[in-house]
Amino acid sequence: MSALLEVKDLRVSFPTRTGVIEAVRGVSFSLGKERLGIVGESGSGKSQTGRAIMGLTPEHAEISAKKLAFSGIDLLRVPARERRTLRGKRIAMVLQDPKYSLDPVMTIGRQIVETLRTHERVGKAEARKRALDMLQAVQIRDPERVYKLYPHEVSGGMGQRAMIAMMLIAGPELLIADEPTSALDVTVQLEVLGILDRLVRDRGMGLIFISHDLRLVSSFCDRVIVMYAGRIVEELPATELANAQHPYTRGLLNCMPQIDADRHPLPVLDRKPEWAL
Amino acid sequence: MTAAALALDRLRVTFDGFVALNDVSLNVASGESFGLVGESGSGKSTLLRAVAGLAPVAGGTIVVNGKPLGRKRDKAFYRQVQMVFQDPYGSLHPRQTVDRLLLEPLAIHGFEDTEKRILRALDEVGLGSGFRFRYSHQLSGGQRQRIAIARALILEPSILLLDEPTSALDASVQAEVLNLLEQIRADRKLTFIMVSHDLAVITHMCDRLMVMQNGEEVERLTASDLVARRVTKDYTRNLLVASEGFKRSA
Amino acid sequence: MSETMQTRREWLLTERPASRLQARLGRAYLTWRRFTANKLAVVGLLIILALCLVAALADVLAPHSPYIGDLANSRLLFPDANHWLGTDGQGRDILSRLIYGSRLTLQVVVLVAIIAAPIGLLVGTVAGYAGGWVDAVLMRITDIFLAFPKLVLALAFVAALGPGIGNAIIAIAITSWPPYARIARAETLTVRNSDYIAAVQLMGASPTRIVLRHIMPLCVSSLIVRVTLDMAGIILTAAGLGFLGLGAQPPLPEWGAMIAAGRLFILDQWWVAAAPGFAILIVSLGFNLLGDGLRDALDPRGGSQ
Repeated sequence: MSALLEVKDLRVSFPTRTGVIEAVRGVSFSLGKERLGIVGESGSGKSQTGRAIMGLTPEHAEISAKKLAFSGIDLLRVPARERRTLRGKRIAMVLQDPKYSLDPVMTIGRQIVETLRTHERVGKAEARKRALDMLQAVQIRDPERVYKLYPHEVSGGMGQRAMIAMMLIAGPELLIADEPTSALDVTVQLEVLGILDRLVRDRGMGLIFISHDLRLVSSFCDRVIVMYAGRIVEELPATELANAQHPYTRGLLNCMPQIDADRHPLPVLDRKPEWAL
Repeated sequence: MTAAALALDRLRVTFDGFVALNDVSLNVASGESFGLVGESGSGKSTLLRAVAGLAPVAGGTIVVNGKPLGRKRDKAFYRQVQMVFQDPYGSLHPRQTVDRLLLEPLAIHGFEDTEKRILRALDEVGLGSGFRFRYSHQLSGGQRQRIAIARALILEPSILLLDEPTSALDASVQAEVLNLLEQIRADRKLTFIMVSHDLAVITHMCDRLMVMQNGEEVERLTASDLVARRVTKDYTRNLLVASEGFKRSA
Repeated sequence: MSETMQTRREWLLTERPASRLQARLGRAYLTWRRFTANKLAVVGLLIILALCLVAALADVLAPHSPYIGDLANSRLLFPDANHWLGTDGQGRDILSRLIYGSRLTLQVVVLVAIIAAPIGLLVGTVAGYAGGWVDAVLMRITDIFLAFPKLVLALAFVAALGPGIGNAIIAIAITSWPPYARIARAETLTVRNSDYIAAVQLMGASPTRIVLRHIMPLCVSSLIVRVTLDMAGIILTAAGLGFLGLGAQPPLPEWGAMIAAGRLFILDQWWVAAAPGFAILIVSLGFNLLGDGLRDALDPRGGSQ
């Protein structure tokens, strides 16, 4: 199987007044039609990795890689125009908070239709029908009603479903989800994950799931990459999480309070400087 | 049984007609750690804010250490009850140094030995005097939350209201802050009322807890009830299932 | 030498200041660096500094008396080596009058800022924090002031108070505080429900203390920016009143009044009106550039970098 996405030695750095901040320092992995989780704490570079693949790295940042290829297309050398067409059409991204990623002055239905029509030549009626189908696919019970609503008129969970619908309408091959459920209540979180899971499976997409929540990611993905200080410290199959080798991964797993384990005080992570080397 | 540190009787909070908290009653013993669990809109934070005087009380009574509270809180009240907020980025004044943040409560209440108290407060939350003259933007999320805890403790309250104190923090930092809170509670014999959406955090920190939904009580449990899965309401059961992570349906 | 410079910079920029003073200086230094990164702002600052210098050293700099001219021999002279900017209808040296006039300009600007900005700040923060009827009353008063064009209102006040530079300053101050009140109120509304204000309330701080010590400092920077940007307008209003004969009275060398006097000869002796006009233009531009630079430098969100 040829890889959908190949990343080799990806580096992202931000020049600031006080010096260069290296957010991502040589990340390599490849992805097929599978669910890959990227886990790390804030500042680990997990989000910048996702953004670099998506082409959403801020202008002033410097980005380099030995290879950053999406189904054979070199993402770093492809012209900006072609990159834009790729984005949305073949690679899509779901962000943490639907409140900030949906356009507040456009109805949800129109946003989905616009997204579809920028990537495909379809008639108005056809686009509308597909948008409604898509809303149904993300298990919105009354698609006709939600279609006409503005983002502020729906709940967080509904907004995130709409966001997923919008991202998947053009039928992308790769979906990058950056903390897609962190802003949601726990019970809603699972529903949204369930929807995401089914869609990814049914449509045969590749998924990169970026999150701070190691447990959640490992219950959802096939493979997990653990990042620390801009580097990958460990890569392992999700089922093997209990046998993680790296002290950071083990520390992360350990420091969470658990209902069944009565541990006072909680074990804390003892950060070793050599992890960041 | 020790005297109640905090007693709420049919407390009711409304915002422009919207009932955010509907007749909730509660007794928290002195020295106890009590948890409030629920999702957004459950009224758990509103309850804390009502006690603190930050939300409009529409009905019911609040009794703190045997003394019923009126509409206006007096200075003595703030010596007894303090609060730590959820967002460490929003709860520290952006233009004030740590020193100034910690000095303010002491100045308001006319403390004399401010120098000594500030240094002790910083020590107690594990930061040390090196942090004293930093601005909040020079601190990490965990450090900010420690400062917020130091600020709440500097008036030596007996009751600490904790509104999701770790939900904005990384897991490893959360563990450190939770340990710090437990340590402080043991040292100072504090009463905690802690709000969280995370059942595991509440079970870890609290002896008893109340599950809330839509401004009302769902059920009341002890931590051991939860560990043994002795829950009676479906809603609580859902929360328990959700806390175990994603399960793929076949 | 360069080594001490380096360490002094490090001392200022340290993440772990050891004293109140160091923390404050470090912050001021960062603001200064943001400010100087904007070259046009520095130009503006230099213009304003030059204005202050000229005003302070007017006695030394001015080649002639600003009040006494040689009516017989030097009326309306074209600029030459003796009178660099020529002379006016009374035979007075225009350059000297401009130099002395800078004192009046500065006086107007500074006094208006000192009177109007605190009034606006106080009204705005109190209205924003108190809310309810206090807010309604204060803001309606503000609206009444805002409803009139500034110059017309100033005219009315001066007409009532009597012409003169002092009254002109009072009139301009009375008409320029409402926008500051609006800004301060808007700023107050965004912070009043924040957790850090709630935290101060929870310490038992009185509303007065919260407004004075916690809310006002947050509004000050945007107010400074706005006042600086308004300086040009204040100079123009003062000049307008002077032009209409309601501001500074002759023979005071107020720039607006000088233009008014030069109006009579504007076609044949254009420099009489052009010189003060140009001075007003330069100084207004200076304040505008300075204000723009301050906006970037004082932006509280810039401090997080």
